[in-house]
Amino acid sequence: MNERALRILAPAAVLALGVLLWDLVVRIDGIPPYILPSPGLVLTTLVSDWPILWSSLLATLETTVEGLALAVIGGVGLAVLFNQSRLIEHSLYPYAVILQVTPVVAVAPLLLIYLPQHAAVLACAWIVAFFPVLANTTLGLNSVDHNLADLFRMYGASRWQVLTELKLPAALPQMLAGIKIAGGLSLIGAVVAEIAAGSAGSGSGLAYRIAESGYRLNIPRMFAALLLLSLAGIVIFVLLSWLTHLVLRRWHESAITRES
Amino acid sequence: MAPSPAAPIVSLLGVGKVFGNGLVALDGLDLDVRDGEFLSLLGPSGCGKSTALRIIAGLSEPTRGTVAWRDGADARRGFGFVFQEPTLMPWTTVFGNVFLPLKLTGADKAAAAPRIIETLARVGLADFAEAYPRELSGGMRMRVSIARALVTAPRILLMDEPFAALDEITRFKLNDDLVTLWRELRMTVVFVTHSVFESVFLSNRIVVMTSRPGRVSRELAIDAPVRDANFRTSAEYAGYCRVTSEALAHAMRAPAGAAA
Repeated sequence: MNERALRILAPAAVLALGVLLWDLVVRIDGIPPYILPSPGLVLTTLVSDWPILWSSLLATLETTVEGLALAVIGGVGLAVLFNQSRLIEHSLYPYAVILQVTPVVAVAPLLLIYLPQHAAVLACAWIVAFFPVLANTTLGLNSVDHNLADLFRMYGASRWQVLTELKLPAALPQMLAGIKIAGGLSLIGAVVAEIAAGSAGSGSGLAYRIAESGYRLNIPRMFAALLLLSLAGIVIFVLLSWLTHLVLRRWHESAITRES
Repeated sequence: MAPSPAAPIVSLLGVGKVFGNGLVALDGLDLDVRDGEFLSLLGPSGCGKSTALRIIAGLSEPTRGTVAWRDGADARRGFGFVFQEPTLMPWTTVFGNVFLPLKLTGADKAAAAPRIIETLARVGLADFAEAYPRELSGGMRMRVSIARALVTAPRILLMDEPFAALDEITRFKLNDDLVTLWRELRMTVVFVTHSVFESVFLSNRIVVMTSRPGRVSRELAIDAPVRDANFRTSAEYAGYCRVTSEALAHAMRAPAGAAA
């Protein structure tokens, strides 16, 4: 079997086996749906509850994308600022780290007190997502080839030229790796904040649906919403991987498939 | 000595360089680079020949002594530099890499294009303008690096062991081509190398340097009008190589007590 087919068929077989096993266990043990729904029921619920789940999915995706966009702007912006000024870097970097290491679940309830709900959810998504962009871009900006930097100096390049023509392009691979991580984290941040917001808010994101369905013992809908969240995460990852490939395919070693 | 009436284009007078860690790279180096000559700086590793080149290029400031350019500061802009590695920007094409020095001085891409194509043709890369560096062999990358140094039509070309990492066949070919370029473009070349054979083949004049501290040990004139495959196998060439080897061996013995 060739490599490509194997890469698709092997996980597909695992999925089919898993679903089959799940279905069998539910059937044979006669487990009621409010404890563990069968895969068929999850799919049926997905279809029957589609209008409500779809609008929730859109709400969560909107927050995730906005959080990611702000993370990219904030992460790259801060990295460039840090790169230009040691003073700013030393002043702010510890706080970026603190923001990163403090569990966002613990911060979310506080943010919900001080900010309107949408802003609070967005802030959570941003807090978890911006750090990998910042850390990776900083690494990239600092890994510029010394001789290339000398060359720019020799030809009298301005600070701006060094940044736009040398440092930012050189940092692109690391920056994109950071963004790829940030995509998944932004979704996590949005979900955490939605859960923390709980029934108190007017939010209608997927995580809120899961929490709400939990209270109502609507387990099939919990599974359906979870499935959608998972799919959303996968789609974000695939899209960002594709973007990385598109940008780097001509020049970076990571994007090249070698023939042996 | 050598009948070289040409005035020096740049003169190093009593140049010393001590690095922050206390390493004395150069001490009392006197060196004239004469207009239109092909000058090699030959010496063992760590003799400060690369440091001397970097000082001429303005990439490093001497701790003592002076660097005097014939036409004052303006002449500084008129040089090209080739590093030991090709030092290309992987994210842009061959064209983009050669365009860099012109771009940094504000040149327009369309206006610069004919000059870039002409320079690429000179180094034998006319068909590779749109290729990315990673698609090229080591020798071709070095040619791009040379084209980039030549595109500003420099009066003086500084080369820091440019062919040291290449295989012998590629190296011979590039040596031949470099001699041709030097003839055609009538420029001044300062070539740093630790290869006796390379320096004899290429140069009008070889300055042999001692190590720790680096200073001039001996000067040799190579008065052979034609540099081609025949010269490389001639008795004359072998004779020059022997004399130069002896001078190098002497230079390496000279600083008694400084040996590791």
